[in-house]
Amino acid sequence: MIAAVVVGAFAGVLAGLLGVGGGVLFVPALTVFLGLSQVDAEATSLLAIMPMALVGAWRQHRYGNVSGGDGGILGAAAVPGAIAGVAIVNVVPERIVQVAFAGLMLVIAWQMVRRRPREEM
Amino acid sequence: MARMAGRRILELGAIGCAAGLFSGLFGVGGGAIIVPMLVLRRGYADRRAMGTSLVAIAIMAGAAMLAQGAYGNLHVDDGLLVGVPAVGGVVAGTWLQQRIPVRTVRLLFAGVLVVAAIDLALK
Repeated sequence: MIAAVVVGAFAGVLAGLLGVGGGVLFVPALTVFLGLSQVDAEATSLLAIMPMALVGAWRQHRYGNVSGGDGGILGAAAVPGAIAGVAIVNVVPERIVQVAFAGLMLVIAWQMVRRRPREEM
Repeated sequence: MARMAGRRILELGAIGCAAGLFSGLFGVGGGAIIVPMLVLRRGYADRRAMGTSLVAIAIMAGAAMLAQGAYGNLHVDDGLLVGVPAVGGVVAGTWLQQRIPVRTVRLLFAGVLVVAAIDLALK
């Protein structure tokens, strides 16, 4: 139980620092430490992610790092995308999608490292 | 001007749609798409991309949460157990982000993508 709290806090730090949802950490924490099934853990992780992202967005807004309009468009467009994703996962073999996405993330990581940030500090 | 606005909405719509697609597929992956695409395609500064990504994630997670709640898959007590410390963590994380060089933040982000890719490939 303490391990779940620690992982939750760490996922929050990562979310604030990097602008990600932290599902990569929440889902295993819920299955391994709290004994939830994969499906229930993925669902329950949202319960942690939503308020965390909301507070993070509010903090970033205070720091002057949020384009609210753009964020709204991104979020609204993500909803039909997610519905399509759930439909696809039931048709295409999951392994193909996993490997394709892993490859895509490596390409993106390379692009991020190669280019200079717009504002060096 | 109208063309610029149209292009902006089209690009943001495509990025958001892709982010939703991957989170629908794997339950994760929203920020991993949104942040780099805002930086590489929309010319965002890193911190602004990461802050704006959290807005999109809150909306996306909220909508998905309502759907999962309807299926009865939510464990509220367990969600709070990881979610409450996460709120404290996100306040600390955003604070920290303002105080370390943007280059370091970017390298950390790329590192997390690589770890996530390896994790996904080995599943």
